[in-house]
Amino acid sequence: MKGKHIGWIVLIAVGLSAPFLVYPVLVMKILCFALFACAFNLLLGYTGLLSFGHAAFLGWAGYVCGYGVKELGFSPELGILAGTATGAALGFVFGSLAIRRAGIYFAMVTLALAQLVYFLALQFPFTGGEDGLQGVPRGHLFGFIDLSDTMNMYFFVLAVFLVGFWIIDRAIHSPFGQVLTAIRENEPRAISLGYDVDKYKLLAFVLSAGLSGLAGATKTLVFQLASLTDVHWHMSGEIVLMTLLGGMGTVFGPIVGATVVVGLQNYGAELGQWVTVLTGVIFVLCVLAFRRGIVGELALLIKRSGIRM
Amino acid sequence: MQFSFHQQRQDLKDAMSTDYILQTRDLTKEFKGFVAVDKVNLQVRRGTIHALIGPNGAGKTTVFNLLTKFLTPTRGSIHFNSHDITHEKSAQIARRGVVRSFQISAVFPHLSVLENVRIALQRKLGTSFHFWRSAKSLDVLNGRAMELLESVDLQSFADTMTVELPYGRKRALEIATTLALEPELMLLDEPTQGMGHEDVGRVADLIKRVSENRTVLMVEHNLSVVSHICDTITVLQRGAVLAEGPYEVVSADPRVLEAYMGTEHG
Repeated sequence: MKGKHIGWIVLIAVGLSAPFLVYPVLVMKILCFALFACAFNLLLGYTGLLSFGHAAFLGWAGYVCGYGVKELGFSPELGILAGTATGAALGFVFGSLAIRRAGIYFAMVTLALAQLVYFLALQFPFTGGEDGLQGVPRGHLFGFIDLSDTMNMYFFVLAVFLVGFWIIDRAIHSPFGQVLTAIRENEPRAISLGYDVDKYKLLAFVLSAGLSGLAGATKTLVFQLASLTDVHWHMSGEIVLMTLLGGMGTVFGPIVGATVVVGLQNYGAELGQWVTVLTGVIFVLCVLAFRRGIVGELALLIKRSGIRM
Repeated sequence: MQFSFHQQRQDLKDAMSTDYILQTRDLTKEFKGFVAVDKVNLQVRRGTIHALIGPNGAGKTTVFNLLTKFLTPTRGSIHFNSHDITHEKSAQIARRGVVRSFQISAVFPHLSVLENVRIALQRKLGTSFHFWRSAKSLDVLNGRAMELLESVDLQSFADTMTVELPYGRKRALEIATTLALEPELMLLDEPTQGMGHEDVGRVADLIKRVSENRTVLMVEHNLSVVSHICDTITVLQRGAVLAEGPYEVVSADPRVLEAYMGTEHG
């Protein structure tokens, strides 16, 4: 419990000071991916379901938010809500179909559905196809906070992230989260205790997809762009990497994972294509030697050294 | 002690001699032409401990999986308290009060011992979908959970991570978790399997203790356990019922001796 409080304090302190130390747009990007990874972790780390189609929720939420704000005159908050709803609705469809299968088949169904909506995004005229949806205005939050100001935008993104992260943290430590953990640990036993596990998995899936949508919609406002990159299956793979690297099944792990991967992509940009190789090497190292991820291994070290968290 | 227990059971049985809690009619399961369970008519009397025995591959666990709908029967029907439950889902059957255990210990390894029992208790609160509510709201169940842990001598392990418990203790925890649901009918799949000598005795005593006011159907290999605590024994062989009755009768049946116990008694 105490360790978690320290984690929250560090998180807020870093969140408040980061834009004065680092390029704010980079921090906003990290925050969006961190939220995305945390939402993904709710499913992978706490329910034991490996989705390989989460890019669909991130990307489509971005398109709906972007289109709403740019073409329909939505306010930024309405655009974000619309994006979140899109993620949740898509999650309901994906989840309903995929949870009938387990393991690798579950992952394949989510991947297939994500590919399907990728091609829809490529073909529909309103998404801008290969060009994407460009020049999305950031607008005025609640009608009076000008989001074209970078610092205003930053603190708005930080607030969105903290709210999203709080919801995930709470869901993990709720009666619902207890049942999810039970399902992850021993599904037949959870069934034999009278739980309709499919309903719990579906709610977890919808929550995860909705929060991924929140991340995607926010990201669109930050970059004023919704593009195919975010619906592409590479993105679904990247989020697995971030979550595993940071530590799946740990509350703060995905944030660390997202920071490392996004930071690496940003500062390693001058290395060109070699960044991909570097990320690959890190991923292999992580899977071979640090199975618990950065936060998971740290937590184990602290536990072994006898400090109570 | 042993005698009075059996006497009590006998009285209970006489009082409810025709009251069957669970019945199957021609229960059959085929896997691509292989008949794993062949027209099994099982009748479990309320308030008894009923054992299902038989050589390896006789179909005991398959019967369990059919009864709890972890497998779907090819033919036949299952009746619990005179309700036809053949077409119900596993979780539904559990909520009716038929709760099973598994051959390998079925615990939640990365939850604490207390949380394991609480998972079973929390369904009744009706808040299991409430993802916005703090897990602290489950603390009201801690008292009852501790009582259940005390009943299987696990109270001192309440905060232990379950994965760290020795095997025998895990089986005890599993029984406590099952008891939390106050099942009318407990299905125990080899509760003493893989246990050391002292643990076997402890778990057998435990089963006898918790079987008051409920019915137990168990798959068991350990014949000393079966002979000590079970009222009725059904012997399965190649998926079909070979013999049925109290231990004295079944153990004297030449067909059973040949098929199953012949090797036991040399």
